[in-house]
Amino acid sequence: MLQGWPLLSLLIWLPIVGGVGVLLSSQNNPDRARWLGLGVAGLVFALALALWGGFEAGTAGMQFVERTAWIDAFGIDYALGVDGIAMPLVVLTAFATLLVVIAAWEVVQYKPAQYLAAFLIMEGIMIGVFSALDAILFYVFFEAMLIPMFLIIGIWGGPNRIYATLKFFLYTFLGSVMMLVALIYLRTEAGSFAIADLYGLNLPLGTQTLVFLAFLAAFAVKVPMFPVHTWLPDAHVEAPTGGSVILAAITLKIGGYGFLRFSLPITPEASLALDWLLIGLSLIAVVYIGLVAMVQADLKKLIAYSSIAHMGFVTLAFFLIFRIVAGGGTEDSALLALQGGMVQMISHGFVSAAMFLCVGVLYDRMHTRRIADYGGVANRMPVFAGFFVLFAMANAGLPGTSGFVGEFMVILASFQAGFWYAAVAGLTLILGAAYSLWMIKRVVYGPVNNEAVEALSDINRRELVLLGGLAAVIVLFGVYPAPLLDVMEPSLNALLRIVLATP
Amino acid sequence: MKSIYLLVVLAPLLGAAVAGLAGHVIGRNNAHRLTVGAVAISALLSLFVLYQHVWGGVGPFNETIYRWASVGALNFEVGFLVDRLTALMMVVVTSVSLAVHVYTIGYMHDDPGYQRFFSYINLFTFSMLMLVMANNFLQLFFGWEAVGLVSYLLIGFWYRKETAIVANLKAFLVNRVGDFGFLLGIAAVLMYYKSLDYAEVFAAATAAPTMTLSIFGTEALVATVGALLLFIGAMGKSAQVPLHVWLPDSMEGPTPISALIHAATMVTAGIFLVARMSPIFELSETALSVVLVLGAITALFMGLVGLVQTDIKRVIAYSTLSQLGYMFVALGASAYAAGVFHLMTHAFFKALLFLGAGAVIIALHHEQDMRKMGNLRRYLPMTHITMLLGTLALVGTPFFSGYYSKDVIIEAVHAADRFGAQFAWWAVLLGVFITALYSFRLYFLVFWGEERLDPKAKAHITHLPRYVLPVMQWPLVALAIPSVVIGYLTIEPMLFGDFFANSIVVNPANDVLAKKGADFHGPFAFGLHAAVNPAFWLTVAGAATAWFFYIYRPQWLPAINQRAAGLVWVLKHQYGFDALYRVVFAGGGRWIGQALWRGGDQRVIDGLIVNGTARTIGRVAGALRGVQSGYLYHYAFVMIVGLLLLLTLFVGSWRGWF
Repeated sequence: MLQGWPLLSLLIWLPIVGGVGVLLSSQNNPDRARWLGLGVAGLVFALALALWGGFEAGTAGMQFVERTAWIDAFGIDYALGVDGIAMPLVVLTAFATLLVVIAAWEVVQYKPAQYLAAFLIMEGIMIGVFSALDAILFYVFFEAMLIPMFLIIGIWGGPNRIYATLKFFLYTFLGSVMMLVALIYLRTEAGSFAIADLYGLNLPLGTQTLVFLAFLAAFAVKVPMFPVHTWLPDAHVEAPTGGSVILAAITLKIGGYGFLRFSLPITPEASLALDWLLIGLSLIAVVYIGLVAMVQADLKKLIAYSSIAHMGFVTLAFFLIFRIVAGGGTEDSALLALQGGMVQMISHGFVSAAMFLCVGVLYDRMHTRRIADYGGVANRMPVFAGFFVLFAMANAGLPGTSGFVGEFMVILASFQAGFWYAAVAGLTLILGAAYSLWMIKRVVYGPVNNEAVEALSDINRRELVLLGGLAAVIVLFGVYPAPLLDVMEPSLNALLRIVLATP
Repeated sequence: MKSIYLLVVLAPLLGAAVAGLAGHVIGRNNAHRLTVGAVAISALLSLFVLYQHVWGGVGPFNETIYRWASVGALNFEVGFLVDRLTALMMVVVTSVSLAVHVYTIGYMHDDPGYQRFFSYINLFTFSMLMLVMANNFLQLFFGWEAVGLVSYLLIGFWYRKETAIVANLKAFLVNRVGDFGFLLGIAAVLMYYKSLDYAEVFAAATAAPTMTLSIFGTEALVATVGALLLFIGAMGKSAQVPLHVWLPDSMEGPTPISALIHAATMVTAGIFLVARMSPIFELSETALSVVLVLGAITALFMGLVGLVQTDIKRVIAYSTLSQLGYMFVALGASAYAAGVFHLMTHAFFKALLFLGAGAVIIALHHEQDMRKMGNLRRYLPMTHITMLLGTLALVGTPFFSGYYSKDVIIEAVHAADRFGAQFAWWAVLLGVFITALYSFRLYFLVFWGEERLDPKAKAHITHLPRYVLPVMQWPLVALAIPSVVIGYLTIEPMLFGDFFANSIVVNPANDVLAKKGADFHGPFAFGLHAAVNPAFWLTVAGAATAWFFYIYRPQWLPAINQRAAGLVWVLKHQYGFDALYRVVFAGGGRWIGQALWRGGDQRVIDGLIVNGTARTIGRVAGALRGVQSGYLYHYAFVMIVGLLLLLTLFVGSWRGWF
């Protein structure tokens, strides 16, 4: 029944218009801004759930399609639609934004209306990225995303925010202009900006490689992959809690999504030819970044590095498919890798959001992110400690949590490409547990370390709702991931056929 | 039966959830009523299940409960496989768990984390049941890690204690090293046997026993690689050398969980795993030899470390390591049934010994140093008697349960014809002497000799009634009964009958138990056989040595210690494993991490490339324009130039300009 609605347009423009509305109506009325923001975010989340509810799981095609000519002269369409790959990411975006709005409640006192407006506008843009079917529309949303995030870090960020925002902005901007060039070139080949028309162009390998590298520049920075990852820890450290949540939960996913939507199907031969590079960088991310995460003294840096390592699993999974098929694995195993990578992205959205929110809870009380300033938090905040341990375990990939599902599938799949891929990737089992639980040991456990910890009070009802909701989702997807996988399977399967069909 | 199996599993899960989430609402008494009740239901139903499987004519149950996920034709499911091996494990797990639950009511009586503790041990029971009842590798891994989680939570239960939170981190990480191998093993299984379902995997493995794969530049049997990888997991969970280092430290947790998790049940998961995987292990002589040799090393050398421990719980912990080694020796000799049999008897008498030690510790107001005990039989007669029974069972006194299970292992490995069997036989035989020596050392130091109590402990114990708390006493009695009689009662069907016929597969050529079965003339004759059995005399010798040095001539002991100072030093440092790991892995990992971060991320990537580029661009732009403006401007400028260049390049190559 919802198929007739312009649901995706609503999902994009409602938060943007709502955000502007909050900005205009409630600048001097923080409470109204909060309630209005909550109302908009809640409504968008409800619409996102309706999107899921109305989504037909059995097919690979785009659903909820909307298409209007936008800039006729260049053949650019306002074309929207979601398949099994994009839909879960849209829902995740709406969920994460709702969390951010709740998390900001009495915490953000400086310009709350602007803060909420920035996040709502960001939400609409991100949903636009996931549902754009036109390459230029995608690009516009992709670039537009930078602006609210730039403001979020630049205005509500920490002391070193100028360096961080510049680094963040330039890194990502530099990457995406390359992509624009590639897209314009592809238009000349395909005669259309519709993403689907860019598939199966059979470009010569040399050209494919250039296009592939241009996409790589855009998406590798977003993911971020080693060695273009150093903007992320800086951005996280300076960003306010909500900024970190959105950054980790959603914007990193746009990199992974880009690889699936653009790199693999548009330049499959170049992907095959350069898979060694992507696999190598991904494995470096898992091991190198895992070790680096372990020695961080700053909570947010630790989680930021852990995010990079987790995203390494995603890119590993996506680019290992050629070797899985070549190594004697079945196509089901390649599909297992893609599914694993996608689940890892979704799960990381929940888990990293949860971890950053936990740090936010601590930061609001102690105003420090240094691990050494904590110790014995469990004595004063037992309920919080329970959540934090659960999320850390999910971060370490404990079965029964969503963090396990993707890791498990990717490791099983990578074994089919060769023992050593699985062996190196599997090190995450040890490293992930090492950095997550060593952090827990130093922050949560132990005797009360100092007077500031002694004065801590346990989480309030709002924080309980926040962390409890995330915990429920994390456990639910850990115990029963089938619904998520079933939604994604036809689309990933279709993608796999496109990628592997090329000679 | 399906609903019964579900109930067995779900009752403790529900108990854990309620006691954990609403513990402060329902209060202490309701928390223990609920959780003890849940485990009691599981235990009774498990007994019923075992009864049905042995006498009720119920066949193996193998069904899916729900589809966890599926990818293409690959199915990942949650399901139960209940045959006699599983049914036996269910009974062992739930009955020991029940005893420990009841005991905990007394032991944790004054602890502020009372409800949390009960929630954890209920959760443990659930996880362990999921592990033993799994019909596929996914669920096995779930249970495997879930018991690891609960073990982590319980070792660190007293989270203010630095030693406890170091120990639980260590336990989790060392187990993760094992799980790393385990998960790769599961991946190998999926790759070569195309399924994660036990039945399908075993069928595929048996159908292609000679399938090979190339690894490390050589061709190896798939079964060998798979079995060894899975065995790495077993080594972690069951604390075999060199992954044993976490178990002694796990004694930092409250004593009831040392009994339940770190002696009776969780640490035997590795034994269960190998027995369950017997169809795969049987295909690989190499894998079985590795199991055999590592088990033998653990059995002998960890027993030796037990001789120099002064903490009562650590003695028992090293004893557990050593006994787990015995079980692996049995498995490695293809005497799987004997391994599982020892697992069962050991679960009862080792839980008994731990709970007895806990009673002593509580009576002395948390004193664990045996040098500050002595002559406690005066104060704790019931604990004394039950611990004596447990000790007699452990050392292998004829007609006690441990005698049957250990003697069969020694005989089986003697009969085995496999690389390492000779060494293993010597190791386990010598181990018998060591076992008797450390066990009676503990027994004499605690219950006999002169009283060496601290004044505080003395004051505490003299104000106690004659027994500890009844609620802590009854579990000891309840465990003492099977510790004594279970071997006599069950050896014949379990080892020489067809008890495990449908759960364990043994290649007839390897079947040492069948060979031994010809010499078996009933449990009574087997008991009398002790008189002509070297193992029995080694036990006597061990006990006598302990008596000589700890009762008869304790004054000779310092001289002996001095003579053997080097050996004692080595044993006290556990052959240096801990130090090695601390330096190489913990220290090395952190050092590399720092080097990569400071050297790689900060110096090279950020310092040289990112900010270096920024500086260079700044200089170049400055030179070009002679005017300094902001960095952002420079970058944007360069970007636009670059964009134009690239565009020209693309369009040019398309139009064929170049």
